[in-house]
Amino acid sequence: MFYSKYLAFLLFCFLLSAQSIPSLNYTEIKPLLNQKGDKIYVVNFWATWCAPCIKELPYFESLNQRKDVEVLLVSLDFPKHKQSRLLPFVDKNKLQSKIVHLDDKDENYWINDIDPNWSGALPATLIFTKKQRGFYEQSFTASKLDKILKLFKP
Amino acid sequence: MKSFLFILSSLLFLNDNNGYKIGDLATNFSLPNINGEMISLSDYDEAKGFIIIFTCNTCPYSIAYEDRINALDAKYKPKGYPVIAINPNDPAAKGGEQLVDMKKRAEDKDFSFPYLQDKGQNIYPKYGATRTPHVFILEKQNRGNVVQYIGAIDDSSRSPDKVQKYYVEDAIDALLSGRLPKVSTTKAIGCSIKTL
Repeated sequence: MFYSKYLAFLLFCFLLSAQSIPSLNYTEIKPLLNQKGDKIYVVNFWATWCAPCIKELPYFESLNQRKDVEVLLVSLDFPKHKQSRLLPFVDKNKLQSKIVHLDDKDENYWINDIDPNWSGALPATLIFTKKQRGFYEQSFTASKLDKILKLFKP
Repeated sequence: MKSFLFILSSLLFLNDNNGYKIGDLATNFSLPNINGEMISLSDYDEAKGFIIIFTCNTCPYSIAYEDRINALDAKYKPKGYPVIAINPNDPAAKGGEQLVDMKKRAEDKDFSFPYLQDKGQNIYPKYGATRTPHVFILEKQNRGNVVQYIGAIDDSSRSPDKVQKYYVEDAIDALLSGRLPKVSTTKAIGCSIKTL
């Protein structure tokens, strides 16, 4: 009896810590970049190898406290590094945001489709609502991100 | 005020993206190679053009392309289009990007092409490079070095065995046979250029 409770608790902890991260192609990810809810959607393109991305991750993570903001982290880690680098990184840093792994080699198509002004450099962030859309090929500080978010109304 | 700031920031953003377009004349430069010797486009009397590649030591996308950059140089230097690699990162902003690191990388990977440092970071903004790796193919004409291709090396950064489109090779093959490249701009994921 004790053990089954203990096991259930362990399982619960495991579910909390290890979020599953789907690997998706661009067609599958595109709907997530075009949502019509009453929220400010913040989509950050990052990778574990990208130092400026890692530096700004906490600012995006802290947005999860806001009810009017929904954060999505799109990892561009190499597919061969999903198990060895991405999942351990997410686990270790206990990332709370929703995370998907974009695995689609047709970069020349989807970079432009996400935003024609994106050159392809990381980090990059897409912020949108029903009516507004902004793309930022840059690194954020907490205050810069805060300033930009004030331009958006959910 | 807010909208003014928004316009201002968009203008600044556009300004960031300024750089060469197809048909523009590319500036010459004089930059140090891994041995400290100054290298310039005007040193290459015989060249028909250049494959300028902004790349660096630490970006995984740059690393994934090192062997393919050597192969491009081997194939196209004899045809008049040598590779010239330029590291645009500020070594003070990113570890592993100093001239000594570049020298080590070039020796470890047996670079057959000059690997230059964009000392002072004056050249990459003129070209409009935003990431590593970022390729600019120049064709030498009477009026100067004309930008004929901007973008990625091929369509499969992550695995060389899955390449379907050889953008740079196709562009140079076209130029060598007196035609303009069919595809003259492409995009790919890469690392941002590191500045302080």
